Amino acid sequence: MTIQTTSITTGGFDDDRLLSPNGGDRPVLQVDEVTKVYLSEPPVTALRGVSFSVARGELVGIVGPSGSGKTTLLHLMGTLDRPSSGHIRITGLDIERLSDREVAALRATRIGFVFQQFFLAEHQSVLDNVADGLLYAGVPQAERRARAHDALATVGLDARPHARPNQLSGGQRQRVAIARALVGQPAIVFADEPTGNLDQATGQAILGLFEELHDVGVTIVVITHDRDIASRMGRRIEMIDGQIDYDSGYNSSSTSPTPTSSNPSHDKAFRS
Amino acid sequence: MTTTETLAVRKLRPSDLGRLSTVGLRTRKLRAGLSALGIAIGVAAIVAVLGLSSSASAGLLNEISALGTNLLVVENGQTLTGGTAELPKTAPPMIGRIDAVTQVQETGAVAGNVFRSPLIPTIETNAISIDAASLGLPRSVSTSIAQGSYLNAATAQEPVAVLGAAAAQRLGIDRVFAGERIWLDNQWFYVAGILKPAILAPAIDSSVLVGFPAAQRYLGFDGHPSTIYVRAQSSHVNAVDNLLAASANPQNPSQVDVSQPSAALVAQADAQGAFDDLFLGLGAVALLVGAVGVANIMIISVLERRSEIGLRRALGATRGHIRGQFLAEAVVLALIGGAAGVGVGALSTAVYASTKHELVVIPALAWGGGIGAAILIGAVAGLWPALRAARMSPTQALWSM
Repeated sequence: MTIQTTSITTGGFDDDRLLSPNGGDRPVLQVDEVTKVYLSEPPVTALRGVSFSVARGELVGIVGPSGSGKTTLLHLMGTLDRPSSGHIRITGLDIERLSDREVAALRATRIGFVFQQFFLAEHQSVLDNVADGLLYAGVPQAERRARAHDALATVGLDARPHARPNQLSGGQRQRVAIARALVGQPAIVFADEPTGNLDQATGQAILGLFEELHDVGVTIVVITHDRDIASRMGRRIEMIDGQIDYDSGYNSSSTSPTPTSSNPSHDKAFRS
Repeated sequence: MTTTETLAVRKLRPSDLGRLSTVGLRTRKLRAGLSALGIAIGVAAIVAVLGLSSSASAGLLNEISALGTNLLVVENGQTLTGGTAELPKTAPPMIGRIDAVTQVQETGAVAGNVFRSPLIPTIETNAISIDAASLGLPRSVSTSIAQGSYLNAATAQEPVAVLGAAAAQRLGIDRVFAGERIWLDNQWFYVAGILKPAILAPAIDSSVLVGFPAAQRYLGFDGHPSTIYVRAQSSHVNAVDNLLAASANPQNPSQVDVSQPSAALVAQADAQGAFDDLFLGLGAVALLVGAVGVANIMIISVLERRSEIGLRRALGATRGHIRGQFLAEAVVLALIGGAAGVGVGALSTAVYASTKHELVVIPALAWGGGIGAAILIGAVAGLWPALRAARMSPTQALWSM
C-alpha cells in the first residue's frame, strides 16, 4: 500500500477563507456546562457538566476509554444531537436557539466530519464524493466540483479524481473523506476515530495530514480511544465517566503543551 | 447579520434532486427493475384494455361514418290485430317528395325458396329470401357489385337475379359466369351478379334480388314494397325521420317502422367496452400489488441506507432534504414502471389492432391516466418510507452500524 504524503498546498484553497465564516476572535467551539442524559430505563448520564472551548486553528485530541462519553460529546459538538442542559456554541451561535433546519444549515456550512468507516458512496467518483460535501450548502455543481478538486489537491489525491472509492486503499479513502470534510471550508472539523480502520503506517500518515492541516490553520477535533494518537495532538482532553479528567490546554505549538488540569500528576501518568 | 440569514437552508437544485432520486435505482438495478415491474404490469393492463376497446370501437365507428349515418329504413310494421301490415305502393314516391330526401330505393318481399338446382331437397332452404329490388338499391345501402353486374332496366324485366353476399355463399356460388342459373321458386333464373356485404342493410345479404317487373311477372309478387331505404341530407336526418311514417302510409302511420341502422351499429360499438370494467379492475389490483412492492422496496432501502442518511444529515441535509430524496426515488421508480407499462400496453394494442386491421387508438385517458396513476402510487407508496428516513436520528443512523 502506498500512501501519498504530499505537503499542503494552498493553491485555490485560501487560508483566510477557511476561517472566514467564523467571525472575529470568538472561540470556534464553546462547550458550556453540558450534560447529556439518555432517557432509557434506568436513565444514563453520559456527560456531566463538561466545559471547554476550542480556539481557531487548534488541533485537539479528545481521548477516553469506551463509555467515557467521548462519542456523546462528538454528537453534541457536531450538532447531531442536543444537550440535556448546558450550551454548545459553534462560531458563537448557540445551538439551543436554532431550529433543526438552521442546525442542518450550520452543519452544511461550518462543520466537517471525518468518520472511522469513511462513508463514501461507491457508485460515484472520488471527485463527486468530495463535491457532495457542498451539496446542501447551495453551491452549483460546477463550482462544487472545482472546489472538490482543490480539496483533493489539499489531501494529495488530485491525481485520480475520477477513480471509484473501491479502487483506492484504505488510507486513500480516508483522505477522500477528509477532503469531503474540508471542501466546504468549515470552521471546525470533527474526526471520529479517523485511523480506526487503518493499519499503523497508514494511520500515522493520516495523522501527519491532520498536522499539516493544523499548520495551515484548520481547526480539528479528533476523537479517539488511542492515547498515542492523542499525544500527537497540540492539545488533548481526557475524558472519564462523562467528565473531563484532564485538559492540556491550548498551545499554538504542539510540542510543549501547558497543562491546565487540576491533577498535575495525571500528565505524567499519561506520558508514561 | 441575523442568525436566520447566515443559516439559510438551501433547497436542493432540481438537477441535484434528480441525481439523488436515482441513487438507489442506479446502485440496485435488478431490485429496482423488479419492483417497477409490478407497476408496469398494472399500467400495461389498463392501457391495453382501454386501447383495445377504443381501437375496436374506432374501427367500427370509422366504418359507420364511411357508410354514412344518413340512411333511414322504412319497414312495414304490424296491424292492430298483430298481422303484418303492408306499405302502400305509393310510399316510395311519397317519401321522395320530402325535401331533404336524396335517394329512395325499395325492396319487396317475395314468397318462395331458392336452390342451386332442382335436385336440392326442398327442405334445405338455407334461409335465403327472395326480394324484388329497385335499380338503385346498392348505392343507397352503400354496397356495390362484387362479381358480374347489378339489375338494369332490361334485366329487371327478365328472370334474372343478383345474389346478396351471404346468399351467394350459402348457394355455393363465388363467381359469376355466362349462363349460370339458380332454381328460384320452381323456375330457372339467370345469375347476373353478386353483391358485396351491405353492412347497413344486412337483410340484403341473405336475399336473392330480382327486378320488380320480373317478380310481378314470374313470381306472383303483388308489388307492395316491404322495406324502403331512404337517404336524407345529413343535417336533416331527424326531421326526415319524423316525417317518414306519415309519408309512407298516411292512413296508418302507426303501422310503419322507421329505423336508423347506423344508430344500432354505434350502440354495438359502445358495447365493445362492456367488459372493460372487469379488466380495468384486474389492472387496478395489479397496480395495488405494484404499489405494495414499491413501498416494501423503499422501506428496505431506507433500512439499508442508514449510513447514507446519517452521512447526508451530517453533511447538512435537513429532514426535508432526506424526505424529498426518498419520496422522489419512489416516484421515479413508479414512473419508470408506469412509462414501461404504457409502452408495453400501447405496443400490444398496436400489434393486436393491426392483426385485426383496426385503427390503433390509445386514448389520452389510458396513457395519461397510467402515468398519473404511477406517479400517485409512487408518492403514496413512498411517503411512509420517506417519513421514516427523515425521522431517523443522525446519531443512530451513523453509530449503530
